Amino acid sequence: MRATARIVAVAGRGGTRLVTMRSEPPLVLRRTGPETAHLVGGAAGPLGGDRLRVEVEVGPGARLCLRAVAASLALPGASGGASLLEVAATVAAGGHLRWLPEPLIAARGCDHVGQSTVELAEGAALVWREELVCGRHGEQPGDARLETTVRYAGGTIMRQEVAVGPRAAGWDGPAVLGGGRATGSLLVVDPAWADKPPEPAVLGPSAAWMPLVGPAALATATGADLREVRAALDECLPDDV
Amino acid sequence: MSITSLLLLADGRFPSGGHAHSGGLEAAVTARRVTGVDDLGAFLRGRLATAGLVSSAFAAAACYSTVDASSLDAGLDARTPSPALRRASRAQGRALLRAARQMWPLPPLPASPHQPVALGVVAAAAGLDHTQAALAAAYGTITGPASAAVRLLGLDPYRVHALLAGMATDCETVAARAAAHAGSPVDDLPAASAPLLDAGAEIHARWEVRLFAS
Repeated sequence: MRATARIVAVAGRGGTRLVTMRSEPPLVLRRTGPETAHLVGGAAGPLGGDRLRVEVEVGPGARLCLRAVAASLALPGASGGASLLEVAATVAAGGHLRWLPEPLIAARGCDHVGQSTVELAEGAALVWREELVCGRHGEQPGDARLETTVRYAGGTIMRQEVAVGPRAAGWDGPAVLGGGRATGSLLVVDPAWADKPPEPAVLGPSAAWMPLVGPAALATATGADLREVRAALDECLPDDV
Repeated sequence: MSITSLLLLADGRFPSGGHAHSGGLEAAVTARRVTGVDDLGAFLRGRLATAGLVSSAFAAAACYSTVDASSLDAGLDARTPSPALRRASRAQGRALLRAARQMWPLPPLPASPHQPVALGVVAAAAGLDHTQAALAAAYGTITGPASAAVRLLGLDPYRVHALLAGMATDCETVAARAAAHAGSPVDDLPAASAPLLDAGAEIHARWEVRLFAS
Protein backbone atom coordinates (compact mmCIF):
# COMPACT_ATOMS: atom_id res chain seq x y z
CA MET A 1 0.00 0.00 0.00
CA ARG A 2 1.24 3.48 -0.87
CA ALA A 3 -0.13 6.53 0.88
CA THR A 4 0.87 10.12 1.58
CA ALA A 5 -0.65 12.45 4.13
CA ARG A 6 0.12 16.14 4.27
CA ILE A 7 -0.58 18.84 6.80
CA VAL A 8 0.30 22.51 6.51
CA ALA A 9 -0.07 24.98 9.37
CA VAL A 10 0.17 28.73 8.84
CA ALA A 11 -0.17 31.62 11.26
CA GLY A 12 -3.34 33.61 10.70
CA ARG A 13 -5.19 36.32 12.58
CA GLY A 14 -6.18 34.85 15.93
CA GLY A 15 -4.02 31.73 15.71
CA THR A 16 -2.84 28.87 13.56
CA ARG A 17 -4.83 27.77 10.52
CA LEU A 18 -4.47 24.27 9.09
CA VAL A 19 -4.66 25.20 5.42
CA THR A 20 -3.96 21.71 4.10
CA MET A 21 -5.01 18.41 5.68
CA ARG A 22 -4.71 15.69 3.09
CA SER A 23 -5.37 12.15 4.27
CA GLU A 24 -4.93 8.92 2.40
CA PRO A 25 -5.79 5.63 4.13
CA PRO A 26 -4.26 4.27 6.27
CA LEU A 27 -2.87 7.74 7.09
CA VAL A 28 -5.92 9.67 8.25
CA LEU A 29 -5.54 13.09 9.86
CA ARG A 30 -8.19 14.70 12.02
CA ARG A 31 -8.12 18.13 13.60
CA THR A 32 -8.66 17.73 17.34
CA GLY A 33 -7.87 21.18 18.72
CA PRO A 34 -6.98 24.72 17.71
CA GLU A 35 -3.35 23.73 17.08
CA THR A 36 -3.62 19.94 17.29
CA ALA A 37 -4.25 17.13 14.83
CA HIS A 38 -4.27 13.37 15.37
CA LEU A 39 -3.32 10.53 13.06
CA VAL A 40 -6.24 8.16 13.40
CA GLY A 41 -5.02 5.21 11.31
CA GLY A 42 -7.62 2.49 11.60
CA ALA A 43 -6.05 -0.75 10.41
CA ALA A 44 -3.05 -2.48 11.98
CA GLY A 45 0.12 -1.52 10.21
CA PRO A 46 2.42 -0.68 8.63
CA LEU A 47 2.54 -4.03 6.82
CA GLY A 48 5.51 -5.32 4.89
CA GLY A 49 5.51 -3.70 1.43
CA ASP A 50 3.77 -0.50 2.61
CA ARG A 51 5.28 2.81 1.49
CA LEU A 52 3.87 5.52 3.73
CA ARG A 53 4.80 9.18 3.87
CA VAL A 54 3.74 12.02 6.14
CA GLU A 55 4.58 15.60 5.15
CA VAL A 56 4.38 18.35 7.73
CA GLU A 57 4.91 22.03 7.08
CA VAL A 58 4.77 24.69 9.77
CA GLY A 59 4.92 28.27 8.51
CA PRO A 60 6.49 31.32 10.16
CA GLY A 61 5.00 31.86 13.60
CA ALA A 62 2.54 28.94 13.29
CA ARG A 63 2.09 26.24 15.94
CA LEU A 64 1.19 22.62 15.39
CA CYS A 65 0.99 19.56 17.63
CA LEU A 66 0.65 16.18 15.92
CA ARG A 67 -0.33 13.11 17.88
CA ALA A 68 -1.67 9.63 17.17
CA VAL A 69 -4.67 7.95 18.74
CA ALA A 70 -2.91 4.58 19.02
CA ALA A 71 0.44 2.82 18.68
CA SER A 72 1.39 1.55 15.25
CA LEU A 73 2.11 -2.13 14.88
CA ALA A 74 4.69 -3.12 12.28
CA LEU A 75 3.76 -6.51 10.84
CA PRO A 76 5.18 -8.70 8.08
CA GLY A 77 3.33 -8.43 4.76
CA ALA A 78 2.20 -11.09 2.34
CA SER A 79 4.74 -9.88 -0.24
CA GLY A 80 7.66 -10.34 2.15
CA GLY A 81 8.99 -6.82 1.51
CA ALA A 82 9.95 -4.16 4.03
CA SER A 83 7.63 -1.42 5.21
CA LEU A 84 8.72 2.20 5.11
CA LEU A 85 7.31 5.20 6.93
CA GLU A 86 8.88 8.47 5.89
CA VAL A 87 8.17 11.64 7.83
CA ALA A 88 9.37 14.91 6.30
CA ALA A 89 8.81 18.02 8.38
CA THR A 90 9.84 21.63 7.87
CA VAL A 91 9.41 24.42 10.39
CA ALA A 92 9.94 28.08 9.49
CA ALA A 93 11.40 30.75 11.77
CA GLY A 94 9.16 31.36 14.76
CA GLY A 95 7.21 28.17 14.05
CA HIS A 96 6.61 25.47 16.70
CA LEU A 97 6.13 21.80 15.96
CA ARG A 98 5.36 19.12 18.53
CA TRP A 99 5.50 15.58 17.09
CA LEU A 100 4.17 13.32 19.83
CA PRO A 101 2.94 10.11 18.21
CA GLU A 102 2.42 6.82 20.01
CA PRO A 103 5.15 4.13 19.83
CA LEU A 104 5.97 1.77 17.04
CA ILE A 105 5.58 -1.84 18.14
CA ALA A 106 7.85 -4.17 16.17
CA ALA A 107 5.89 -7.44 15.89
CA ARG A 108 7.50 -10.81 15.21
CA GLY A 109 8.73 -11.11 11.64
CA CYS A 110 8.31 -7.45 10.74
CA ASP A 111 10.83 -5.62 8.55
CA HIS A 112 10.27 -1.92 9.07
CA VAL A 113 12.22 1.27 8.47
CA GLY A 114 11.17 4.67 9.77
CA GLN A 115 12.94 7.64 8.21
CA SER A 116 12.30 11.05 9.71
CA THR A 117 13.86 14.24 8.41
CA VAL A 118 13.21 17.57 10.08
CA GLU A 119 14.41 20.86 8.61
CA LEU A 120 14.28 23.73 11.08
CA ALA A 121 14.92 27.31 10.08
CA GLU A 122 16.91 29.41 12.52
CA GLY A 123 14.45 30.48 15.24
CA ALA A 124 12.18 27.41 14.82
CA ALA A 125 11.25 25.27 17.84
CA LEU A 126 10.64 21.53 17.99
CA VAL A 127 9.59 18.70 20.27
CA TRP A 128 10.11 15.31 18.61
CA ARG A 129 9.37 12.00 20.31
CA GLU A 130 10.20 8.52 19.02
CA GLU A 131 9.43 5.32 20.89
CA LEU A 132 9.99 1.73 19.95
CA VAL A 133 8.56 -1.35 21.67
CA CYS A 134 10.24 -4.69 20.95
CA GLY A 135 7.45 -7.14 20.17
CA ARG A 136 3.96 -7.57 21.56
CA HIS A 137 3.64 -9.23 24.96
CA GLY A 138 6.11 -12.09 25.25
CA GLU A 139 7.10 -11.88 21.59
CA GLN A 140 10.55 -11.43 19.98
CA PRO A 141 10.58 -8.47 17.60
CA GLY A 142 11.27 -8.56 13.89
CA ASP A 143 13.64 -6.04 12.35
CA ALA A 144 12.86 -2.38 12.91
CA ARG A 145 15.10 0.62 12.41
CA LEU A 146 14.21 4.23 13.18
CA GLU A 147 16.44 6.76 11.43
CA THR A 148 16.24 10.42 12.35
CA THR A 149 17.95 13.48 10.91
CA VAL A 150 17.31 16.94 12.31
CA ARG A 151 18.84 20.06 10.78
CA TYR A 152 18.80 23.52 12.30
CA ALA A 153 19.72 26.61 10.25
CA GLY A 154 21.21 24.33 7.59
CA GLY A 155 23.46 22.25 9.88
CA THR A 156 22.68 18.74 11.09
CA ILE A 157 22.32 18.78 14.87
CA MET A 158 21.04 15.23 15.44
CA ARG A 159 21.43 11.96 13.54
CA GLN A 160 20.42 8.69 15.11
CA GLU A 161 19.44 5.20 14.04
CA VAL A 162 17.95 2.85 16.58
CA ALA A 163 17.73 -0.73 15.32
CA VAL A 164 16.32 -3.87 16.93
CA GLY A 165 15.67 -7.39 15.71
CA PRO A 166 17.57 -10.36 14.32
CA ARG A 167 19.66 -8.29 11.88
CA ALA A 168 20.86 -5.81 14.53
CA ALA A 169 23.79 -7.55 16.25
CA GLY A 170 23.81 -7.17 20.03
CA TRP A 171 20.61 -5.06 20.10
CA ASP A 172 19.29 -6.75 23.26
CA GLY A 173 22.73 -6.89 24.87
CA PRO A 174 24.15 -4.65 27.58
CA ALA A 175 25.54 -1.97 25.22
CA VAL A 176 22.26 -1.23 23.42
CA LEU A 177 18.98 -2.09 25.21
CA GLY A 178 20.25 -4.41 27.96
CA GLY A 179 17.19 -6.63 27.76
CA GLY A 180 14.86 -3.62 27.90
CA ARG A 181 11.72 -4.10 25.81
CA ALA A 182 11.16 -0.41 25.11
CA THR A 183 13.33 2.54 24.22
CA GLY A 184 12.64 6.11 23.26
CA SER A 185 13.99 9.57 22.77
CA LEU A 186 12.65 13.08 23.05
CA LEU A 187 14.41 15.86 21.18
CA VAL A 188 13.73 19.45 22.19
CA VAL A 189 15.01 22.33 20.06
CA ASP A 190 14.60 25.75 21.62
CA PRO A 191 16.22 28.76 19.91
CA ALA A 192 16.58 30.41 23.33
CA TRP A 193 19.21 27.77 24.16
CA ALA A 194 21.61 29.22 21.57
CA ASP A 195 23.04 31.42 24.35
CA LYS A 196 22.49 29.17 27.34
CA PRO A 197 22.15 25.42 26.76
CA PRO A 198 20.40 23.31 29.42
CA GLU A 199 22.41 21.30 31.95
CA PRO A 200 22.72 17.53 31.45
CA ALA A 201 20.75 15.37 33.90
CA VAL A 202 20.44 11.72 34.82
CA LEU A 203 16.78 10.65 34.67
CA GLY A 204 17.19 7.11 35.99
CA PRO A 205 19.42 4.02 35.74
CA SER A 206 19.08 3.93 31.94
CA ALA A 207 17.86 7.39 31.02
CA ALA A 208 19.56 10.76 30.59
CA TRP A 209 18.96 14.30 29.34
CA MET A 210 21.82 15.46 27.15
CA PRO A 211 22.49 18.90 25.68
CA LEU A 212 23.54 18.64 22.03
CA VAL A 213 25.88 20.85 20.03
CA GLY A 214 23.34 23.49 18.99
CA PRO A 215 20.22 24.88 20.69
CA ALA A 216 18.86 21.42 21.48
CA ALA A 217 18.84 18.59 24.00
CA LEU A 218 17.93 14.92 23.73
CA ALA A 219 16.38 12.70 26.37
CA THR A 220 17.05 9.00 25.94
CA ALA A 221 15.34 6.29 27.97
CA THR A 222 15.30 2.50 27.90
CA GLY A 223 13.21 0.32 30.14
CA ALA A 224 11.23 -2.83 30.75
CA ASP A 225 8.13 -1.36 29.10
CA LEU A 226 6.77 1.75 27.46
CA ARG A 227 5.39 3.11 30.72
CA GLU A 228 8.88 3.29 32.19
CA VAL A 229 10.30 4.96 29.07
CA ARG A 230 7.42 7.45 28.77
CA ALA A 231 7.74 8.43 32.44
CA ALA A 232 11.41 9.40 31.93
CA LEU A 233 10.77 11.24 28.66
CA ASP A 234 7.80 13.11 30.14
CA GLU A 235 10.15 14.70 32.69
CA CYS A 236 11.77 16.55 29.79
CA LEU A 237 8.60 17.42 27.87
CA PRO A 238 8.28 21.20 27.91
CA ASP A 239 4.81 22.52 28.74
CA ASP A 240 4.98 24.90 25.84
CA VAL A 241 7.98 25.43 23.58
CA MET B 1 50.20 0.76 2.14
CA SER B 2 52.19 -0.40 5.12
CA ILE B 3 50.84 -3.31 7.13
CA THR B 4 53.35 -2.52 9.87
CA SER B 5 51.92 0.99 10.22
CA LEU B 6 48.45 -0.54 10.54
CA LEU B 7 49.64 -2.88 13.28
CA LEU B 8 51.33 0.01 15.06
CA LEU B 9 48.20 2.17 14.93
CA ALA B 10 45.88 -0.63 16.09
CA ASP B 11 48.17 -1.77 18.90
CA GLY B 12 46.80 -1.13 22.38
CA ARG B 13 50.29 0.02 23.36
CA PHE B 14 50.15 2.96 20.92
CA PRO B 15 50.77 5.90 23.30
CA SER B 16 47.45 7.72 22.75
CA GLY B 17 45.93 7.18 26.17
CA GLY B 18 43.33 4.65 25.02
CA HIS B 19 43.94 2.49 28.11
CA ALA B 20 42.27 5.22 30.23
CA HIS B 21 38.89 4.57 28.55
CA SER B 22 36.63 1.55 28.91
CA GLY B 23 34.27 2.29 26.02
CA GLY B 24 31.29 2.37 28.36
CA LEU B 25 32.14 -0.94 30.01
CA GLU B 26 32.79 0.47 33.49
CA ALA B 27 29.27 1.94 33.59
CA ALA B 28 27.79 -1.35 32.35
CA VAL B 29 29.74 -3.35 34.96
CA THR B 30 28.65 -1.09 37.81
CA ALA B 31 25.02 -1.30 36.65
CA ARG B 32 25.46 -5.13 36.74
CA ARG B 33 24.60 -5.36 33.06
CA VAL B 34 27.97 -7.07 32.47
CA THR B 35 29.07 -9.61 35.08
CA GLY B 36 31.01 -12.23 33.12
CA VAL B 37 32.45 -13.33 29.80
CA ASP B 38 29.07 -14.06 28.17
CA ASP B 39 27.69 -10.61 28.95
CA LEU B 40 30.96 -9.13 27.75
CA GLY B 41 30.52 -10.89 24.41
CA ALA B 42 27.01 -9.44 24.04
CA PHE B 43 28.30 -6.01 25.06
CA LEU B 44 31.09 -6.14 22.46
CA ARG B 45 28.75 -7.32 19.68
CA GLY B 46 26.34 -4.45 20.40
CA ARG B 47 29.15 -1.93 20.67
CA LEU B 48 30.71 -3.08 17.40
CA ALA B 49 27.38 -2.84 15.56
CA THR B 50 26.67 0.69 16.85
CA ALA B 51 29.59 2.85 18.04
CA GLY B 52 32.00 0.56 16.16
CA LEU B 53 30.23 0.98 12.82
CA VAL B 54 30.01 4.75 13.25
CA SER B 55 33.66 5.14 14.34
CA SER B 56 34.80 2.90 11.54
CA ALA B 57 32.81 4.81 8.90
CA PHE B 58 34.11 8.18 10.09
CA ALA B 59 37.72 6.97 10.29
CA ALA B 60 37.41 5.61 6.75
CA ALA B 61 35.82 8.82 5.47
CA ALA B 62 38.48 11.01 7.12
CA CYS B 63 41.25 8.84 5.68
CA TYR B 64 39.62 8.87 2.23
CA SER B 65 39.31 12.65 2.18
CA THR B 66 41.32 14.38 4.90
CA VAL B 67 40.09 17.82 3.74
CA ASP B 68 36.61 16.87 4.99
CA ALA B 69 37.86 16.51 8.58
CA SER B 70 35.89 19.43 9.98
CA SER B 71 32.54 18.45 8.42
CA LEU B 72 33.10 14.86 9.57
CA ASP B 73 33.87 16.20 13.03
CA ALA B 74 30.51 18.03 13.07
CA GLY B 75 28.85 14.83 11.83
CA LEU B 76 30.15 12.98 14.88
CA ASP B 77 28.86 15.73 17.17
CA ALA B 78 25.40 15.14 15.68
CA ARG B 79 25.76 11.38 16.33
CA THR B 80 27.05 11.71 19.90
CA PRO B 81 24.25 13.07 22.06
CA SER B 82 26.10 12.46 25.33
CA PRO B 83 28.34 15.43 26.24
CA ALA B 84 30.49 13.03 28.32
CA LEU B 85 31.10 10.88 25.24
CA ARG B 86 31.87 13.93 23.10
CA ARG B 87 34.50 15.02 25.64
CA ALA B 88 35.97 11.50 25.86
CA SER B 89 36.17 11.21 22.06
CA ARG B 90 37.85 14.61 21.68
CA ALA B 91 40.32 13.88 24.49
CA GLN B 92 41.31 10.65 22.72
CA GLY B 93 41.54 12.45 19.37
CA ARG B 94 43.86 15.06 20.87
CA ALA B 95 46.06 12.40 22.50
CA LEU B 96 46.25 10.43 19.26
CA LEU B 97 47.35 13.50 17.28
CA ARG B 98 49.97 14.42 19.86
CA ALA B 99 51.55 10.98 19.59
CA ALA B 100 51.18 10.60 15.84
CA ARG B 101 52.74 13.98 15.10
CA GLN B 102 56.08 12.52 16.21
CA MET B 103 55.70 9.65 13.74
CA TRP B 104 54.23 11.04 10.53
CA PRO B 105 53.74 14.50 8.99
CA LEU B 106 50.11 15.50 9.65
CA PRO B 107 48.02 18.08 7.80
CA PRO B 108 46.61 21.02 9.83
CA LEU B 109 43.70 19.88 11.99
CA PRO B 110 41.54 21.22 14.81
CA ALA B 111 43.33 20.73 18.16
CA SER B 112 40.86 18.19 19.57
CA PRO B 113 39.00 16.39 16.80
CA HIS B 114 36.80 13.38 17.53
CA GLN B 115 38.92 10.24 17.85
CA PRO B 116 37.70 8.54 14.61
CA VAL B 117 38.45 11.67 12.57
CA ALA B 118 41.93 11.89 14.09
CA LEU B 119 42.45 8.18 13.44
CA GLY B 120 41.44 8.52 9.78
CA VAL B 121 43.75 11.48 9.18
CA VAL B 122 46.64 9.76 10.97
CA ALA B 123 46.03 6.57 8.98
CA ALA B 124 46.26 8.56 5.74
CA ALA B 125 49.51 10.19 6.92
CA ALA B 126 50.88 6.73 7.78
CA GLY B 127 50.23 5.61 4.21
CA LEU B 128 47.18 3.46 4.97
CA ASP B 129 44.07 3.35 2.81
CA HIS B 130 40.51 3.96 4.03
CA THR B 131 39.67 0.27 4.37
CA GLN B 132 42.58 -0.15 6.76
CA ALA B 133 41.54 2.95 8.72
CA ALA B 134 38.05 1.42 9.00
CA LEU B 135 39.49 -1.82 10.31
CA ALA B 136 41.74 -0.12 12.87
CA ALA B 137 38.74 1.86 14.17
CA ALA B 138 36.37 -1.12 14.37
CA TYR B 139 39.05 -3.20 16.08
CA GLY B 140 39.75 -0.45 18.60
CA THR B 141 36.09 -0.19 19.62
CA ILE B 142 36.13 -3.80 20.88
CA THR B 143 39.70 -4.29 22.09
CA GLY B 144 39.55 -1.26 24.43
CA PRO B 145 36.55 -2.51 26.45
CA ALA B 146 37.86 -6.10 26.28
CA SER B 147 41.08 -5.21 28.07
CA ALA B 148 39.13 -2.97 30.47
CA ALA B 149 36.99 -6.03 31.30
CA VAL B 150 40.04 -7.92 32.51
CA ARG B 151 40.82 -5.10 34.94
CA LEU B 152 37.23 -4.39 36.02
CA LEU B 153 35.94 -7.92 36.47
CA GLY B 154 39.15 -9.91 36.86
CA LEU B 155 38.13 -12.06 33.89
CA ASP B 156 40.44 -14.71 32.50
CA PRO B 157 42.45 -12.91 29.78
CA TYR B 158 42.60 -16.10 27.69
CA ARG B 159 38.82 -16.29 27.54
CA VAL B 160 38.51 -12.57 26.81
CA HIS B 161 40.94 -12.90 23.93
CA ALA B 162 39.08 -15.96 22.70
CA LEU B 163 36.00 -13.71 22.46
CA LEU B 164 37.95 -11.21 20.37
CA ALA B 165 39.31 -13.95 18.13
CA GLY B 166 35.76 -15.20 17.61
CA MET B 167 34.67 -11.72 16.52
CA ALA B 168 37.32 -11.36 13.80
CA THR B 169 34.88 -11.90 10.95
CA ASP B 170 32.27 -9.58 12.51
CA CYS B 171 34.92 -6.91 12.89
CA GLU B 172 35.97 -7.20 9.26
CA THR B 173 32.36 -7.21 8.06
CA VAL B 174 31.60 -4.02 9.99
CA ALA B 175 34.78 -2.37 8.70
CA ALA B 176 33.95 -3.29 5.10
CA ARG B 177 30.40 -1.91 5.46
CA ALA B 178 31.81 1.25 7.04
CA ALA B 179 34.51 1.73 4.40
CA ALA B 180 31.94 1.40 1.60
CA HIS B 181 30.42 4.73 2.76
CA ALA B 182 33.67 6.70 2.35
CA GLY B 183 33.10 9.70 0.10
CA SER B 184 29.33 9.80 0.82
CA PRO B 185 27.69 12.99 2.15
CA VAL B 186 28.19 13.19 5.93
CA ASP B 187 24.45 12.87 6.66
CA ASP B 188 24.41 9.54 4.79
CA LEU B 189 27.14 7.95 6.92
CA PRO B 190 26.00 5.38 9.52
CA ALA B 191 24.46 6.75 12.73
CA ALA B 192 23.74 3.54 14.68
CA SER B 193 22.79 4.46 18.25
CA ALA B 194 23.34 2.58 21.50
CA PRO B 195 20.92 4.13 24.03
CA LEU B 196 22.55 2.47 27.04
CA LEU B 197 26.06 3.60 26.06
CA ASP B 198 24.75 7.19 25.97
CA ALA B 199 22.83 7.04 29.25
CA GLY B 200 25.61 5.02 30.91
CA ALA B 201 28.25 7.59 29.92
CA GLU B 202 26.23 10.40 31.52
CA ILE B 203 25.78 8.41 34.74
CA HIS B 204 29.48 7.43 34.77
CA ALA B 205 30.61 11.04 34.28
CA ARG B 206 28.97 11.97 37.60
CA TRP B 207 30.90 9.49 39.72
CA GLU B 208 33.60 10.95 41.93
CA VAL B 209 35.67 7.75 41.93
CA ARG B 210 36.13 5.68 38.81
CA LEU B 211 38.85 3.57 37.26
CA PHE B 212 38.36 4.79 33.68
CA ALA B 213 37.78 8.23 32.18
CA SER B 214 34.82 6.94 30.13
